[in-house]
Amino acid sequence: MNQSPNLNSFRGGPDEDGRFGIYGGRFVAETLMPLILELQEKWDEAKDDPEFQKELASLGAHYIGRPSPLYFAERLTEHLGGAKIYFKREELNHTGSHKINNCIGQILLAKRMGKTRIIAETGAGQHGVASATVAARFGLPCVVYMGATDVERQAPNVFRMKLLGAEVKPVTAGHGTLKDAMNEALRDWVTNVEDTYYLIGTAAGPHPYPEMVRDFQAVIGREAREQILEAEGRLPDVVIAAVGGGSNAIGIFHPFLDDKDVRIVGVEAGGKGLDGEEHCASITAGSPGVLHGNRTYLLQDGDGQIKEGHSISAGLDYPGIGPEHSWLNDVGRAEYVPIMDHEALEAFQLLTRIEGIIPALEPAHALAEVIKRAPKMGKDEIILMNLSGRGDKDIFTVGKILGMEL
Amino acid sequence: MTARMDRRFADLAAEGRPALVTYFMGGDPDYASSLAIMKALPKAGSDVIELGMPFSDPMADGPAIQLAGQRALRAGQTLAKTLQMARDFRLEDADTPIVLMGYYNPIYIYGVERFLNDALEAGIDGLIVVDLPPEMDDELCVPAVARGINFIRLATPTTDAKRLPRVLENTSGFVYYVSMNGITGSALPDPSLIGAAVLRIKEHTTLPVCVGFGVKTAEHARAIGASADGVVVGSAIVNQIASSLTANGTVTEATVAGVEALVRSLASGVRSAKLAAAE
Ligand SMILES: Cc1ncc(COP(=O)(O)O)c(C=O)c1O
Repeated sequence: MNQSPNLNSFRGGPDEDGRFGIYGGRFVAETLMPLILELQEKWDEAKDDPEFQKELASLGAHYIGRPSPLYFAERLTEHLGGAKIYFKREELNHTGSHKINNCIGQILLAKRMGKTRIIAETGAGQHGVASATVAARFGLPCVVYMGATDVERQAPNVFRMKLLGAEVKPVTAGHGTLKDAMNEALRDWVTNVEDTYYLIGTAAGPHPYPEMVRDFQAVIGREAREQILEAEGRLPDVVIAAVGGGSNAIGIFHPFLDDKDVRIVGVEAGGKGLDGEEHCASITAGSPGVLHGNRTYLLQDGDGQIKEGHSISAGLDYPGIGPEHSWLNDVGRAEYVPIMDHEALEAFQLLTRIEGIIPALEPAHALAEVIKRAPKMGKDEIILMNLSGRGDKDIFTVGKILGMEL
Repeated sequence: MTARMDRRFADLAAEGRPALVTYFMGGDPDYASSLAIMKALPKAGSDVIELGMPFSDPMADGPAIQLAGQRALRAGQTLAKTLQMARDFRLEDADTPIVLMGYYNPIYIYGVERFLNDALEAGIDGLIVVDLPPEMDDELCVPAVARGINFIRLATPTTDAKRLPRVLENTSGFVYYVSMNGITGSALPDPSLIGAAVLRIKEHTTLPVCVGFGVKTAEHARAIGASADGVVVGSAIVNQIASSLTANGTVTEATVAGVEALVRSLASGVRSAKLAAAE
């Protein structure tokens, strides 16, 4: 993992202590330290092992369905009357989102480490489903921690996880959302260090998770970069993705970070507005702090107590963000903007009607930003958006808001 | 201020018995009652006080301490108030070492320099910050030790021989051996295993080794105390407080009295451990 300290590159991080600038690090209890160091050692071995990479690629192709298509959204482009809009179709992956890319990678690592039990946290349930899926595929028992609030609003995914043989443990601590599920998963891990592998679902947590999850998700950006070069003969002007913990975003961003003419835009959950408490915009409305093993932007009060976020989308409802995004923000390589619940909801409906694609509420946030930007851009300009997941899981939430009986 | 901690352990060594280290959550269930509990601890036989700093996301704690933290935060406890509690306590007790225990973020937000200044001035002797392993020593440990505040580290069953020297490197005051992998409030493991683990740590350090996680009764305290320099009791005290409260979490007559009785009993446990150790 010898990152060359190339000062001209935005892709060299983290350093050997897991830092992206002041962000990242390893802020964990002593019980977990030996595990995290072992994980790092095994990950460093695996990523340079052609056998590991071969297995990863093979499962990617035949189990996940990679490469995912790059799709020119012709009617949406016409409708908005500006930049050409391309979607990276991660929603077509097995299990319906980008989450599976990371899960396949990490379960291969878990097997390599001889771990016999998988735990995971989940918000929207997409990562829980992806974890339960790979656990079934590799014959390992799986426990998924999920906030009680999320268990309720993502009922179809809870059922999926159970069908796949996972045990779903509702977490009632705090507000019963993603951060509480993560606390509970960490508690499980410190208790069952010997046999358990913690399959973190986003590019956050202690080093090496942010780097490792990014590397598993960077397949999105690598493919998209090739595909757009093939389709258009040039790179996009803007790359846009929704940011919860930040894994689908860093996955598509990373391969473009050194293409200095490509603007990088992360979309945070603006919830009901940034003036109040009901949002989840860690960078736009938070400040740096330490939670879940890393230093990063957080929603917190003046005493350093972490606040509960709010978003219409359970997958964005996390009061932190992966450390690499915090760094990209501070050095000015990427910009982060909020999108409100109602804007995401409108985008969700527009895409469904105009392109026949029901997006998840998370990428609907990215789409709402596309809808704002595209009309102001020239017809010869290109936007690439990560369509990170499909919306089947969200139809009940949306139906309820739109006043439809399902 | 290191002196106060060293003196306390030296005195206890001379007495030939282990220390009783008691943990409670600052501000649980409210500031005044919590201060009264703190004042009662040494009178009931506690030798070292661990003052918990509440945090919204206590990742290494079980339900008892999670709930205590939530009660304290609901009652308006902040890091500034926890420091004030130590200051108030020091007005009448200049000898009992106080260790602040909690998570890093509230300290980071308070500001490390400002925190160390205020902690020294409040009469704090040591810090236990759960989510700052040796790899993160530059954050708080190194500046704290430079200012004469002990940085007490947790060693656990996963801390192997290779890692132990690293863990002990900047540790001072005492070593807190967490006798099992897990969260606070878990069951007590086999005392004979603990004795072996304490000896293993003592091969690498001359610091006192205190053992915690799972100690609930005088009998536990005696059994563990026979093979350690101190016994740490946390969840049992916090549970005692919780069980004394009204349904909506307010203090009752039984709150301080209950803690006093429990600590008195635990204190008799460590005092009888002296005999066990001498056998
Ligand atoms: C479809 C989809 N997109 C995005 C996210 C947000 O996570 P991340 O920021 O890690 O990509 C989620 C989380 O559940 C999701 O399900």
